[in-house]
Amino acid sequence: MNESEIIRVEHLKKYFPAEKGFLEKLLTRTRNYVKAVDDVSFSILKGEVFTLAGESGCGKSTTGKLIVRLIPPTSGKVYFDDTDITALQKEKLRITRRRLQIIFQDPYASLNPRMKIGQSVGHPLEIHGMAKGTEKRKKVLEILERVGLSPPEQFMELYPHQLSGGQRQRIAMARSLILKPEFMVADEPVSMIDVSLRTTIIDLMLDLRKELELTYLFITHDLAIAKYISDRVAVMYLGKIVEIGSKQEIFTNPTHPYTQALLSAIPVPNPERKRKTLELKGEVSSAINIPPGCRFNPRCPYTTDKCKKTEPELIETTKGHFVACCQAEA
Amino acid sequence: MNREPAHLLTVKDLAVEYWTRRGIVRAVEDISFSLDKGETLGVVGESGSGKSTLGLSLIHLVPYPGRIIRGTILLEGQNILKFGNKETRDLRGRRISYVFQDPMTSLNPVERIKNHFIELIRTHEPKVTASEAITRTRKLFKDVGIQPERIDDYPHQLSGGMRQRVMIALALALNPSIVIADEPTTALDVIVQAKILDLLKTLQDTYGMALMLITHDLSIVLERSDKIMVMYAGRIVEQALSMTLYAQAQHPYSQGLLKSIPNIELAEQKLTAIGGAPPDLRNPPTGCPFWPRCPYIMEICKIKDPPLFQTSKDHFAKCYLYGGEKSS
Repeated sequence: MNESEIIRVEHLKKYFPAEKGFLEKLLTRTRNYVKAVDDVSFSILKGEVFTLAGESGCGKSTTGKLIVRLIPPTSGKVYFDDTDITALQKEKLRITRRRLQIIFQDPYASLNPRMKIGQSVGHPLEIHGMAKGTEKRKKVLEILERVGLSPPEQFMELYPHQLSGGQRQRIAMARSLILKPEFMVADEPVSMIDVSLRTTIIDLMLDLRKELELTYLFITHDLAIAKYISDRVAVMYLGKIVEIGSKQEIFTNPTHPYTQALLSAIPVPNPERKRKTLELKGEVSSAINIPPGCRFNPRCPYTTDKCKKTEPELIETTKGHFVACCQAEA
Repeated sequence: MNREPAHLLTVKDLAVEYWTRRGIVRAVEDISFSLDKGETLGVVGESGSGKSTLGLSLIHLVPYPGRIIRGTILLEGQNILKFGNKETRDLRGRRISYVFQDPMTSLNPVERIKNHFIELIRTHEPKVTASEAITRTRKLFKDVGIQPERIDDYPHQLSGGMRQRVMIALALALNPSIVIADEPTTALDVIVQAKILDLLKTLQDTYGMALMLITHDLSIVLERSDKIMVMYAGRIVEQALSMTLYAQAQHPYSQGLLKSIPNIELAEQKLTAIGGAPPDLRNPPTGCPFWPRCPYIMEICKIKDPPLFQTSKDHFAKCYLYGGEKSS
């Protein structure tokens, strides 16, 4: 593993069996699979914010869950600090999990409504046997203060329903950070939060990165936010990464037609701007019946015969900028 | 009596309250604005700012325990709040129609798409036969970009984007003069969102209806509307043409919003958030509801709620920075 890599993902796949009707099950032997993540490889460098972007159903959240091993992969490897975490079992997995944390999109569903904030935030410390009693309380107060919930003594005694969405997302962050993780997956952490408060959460994430030497995998459908927060961006389509590169490269020199279409569809807060949308045909194909060749070809405005036959691999067009398109040139 | 040029819709001093067990929520207050034929009015605000309550009150559909306690809503000179049942029924769908946020739950899952249209058209125009209604539906489907054969489908057979197209077709079925689109693209992906917003624009050009676009996304209204109302805590805090709001927003809240949204076309951008959080409308702060978060707070702001000051021809801001008694 490269010195500065913290996560390396190799040929990661996750297929979910697709349910069939009773009769179909009896009559056919083949099983269908939803190919949520279909052969994805990338690495994340220490201290960076790496963003997975794409539309709903592209497999970005599944990838995030696979990386912290909330679900086991169908095949492929995830290396964290040179350890293949897909092979870890029980006790070893539990110890590693302390260092890998995840926060979710919906702060209304991710906190136990019957636990006081103090209990929720302190709970991970108990599970990992890191602190008890007054020491635990001290750590909880410290972290609540750090995520901007003051006075912390007062917040400890509240229940989740007494807090706003933004405050709950801060609690979710506090609960993950109390374990002093090295790597954090943030799965759409601001998409359910009011616009005027989003920036405060994002800025908090960026501040904490410096302070606690964190690395983030940021998952979002919102490329405008991705541009603000990321160092590098990977764009996913139907379970595969179609383009990956530094923020500058992706936003100033998008090469894959899908990335170009995504970028051109983003609303820009400027009434003077003349919109020129790159039109895509149809809608996202089903992840059960992935089209042969390039999986984007039925929607691509530049499709050729080659696209319908060969599945393009990621190739490096400029340094550090990879594109999976038959028409891209190295 | 009324010497102003007649607008298609004129709302004056509208106030809506929700009488809940835990107190009265003053959801919408002091709302006055007008809307003209073919115009697009963007209404932007955070959750709880009263933008949906405002939209619903325009078709007299504020849900229980809400009630309109003050104000007039003049549609082509008639006050809709004085309408009886029959006229209200005629108002909804035929004169003003509504596109809701969630296309997944707004269609009846056990009815074919075409039955939604037949029911709607025949309720309002009893003389139309079912087959005539179907012919009209096919034409509408062409307009909104769905193959006409899909009218025989059930809602679950359509994708989210297509369902929202169906909702728009339903909204247009009776050729209303105003369409209210309440977060029409919030449940949709960005590529589909752009397509739906383009579609609304095209249809507006064809049918000439006025569009009220309600959303939390300032980028969308800046890009898509002629004029904008910014709402905060149930009040209009600023009203201006899109260009003006973009170039010279006056209310500190609008300024804050503009600074907190990322713009993908800018190379480097520093975003600044508005501190604090929106107030609880059951128990709002005295004076201006924005003062606890305002960077320019003055003494008077804490005591008296400012009115909407006119700062130029089409520009209004509800802030003491632009008029009234300044604090000493």
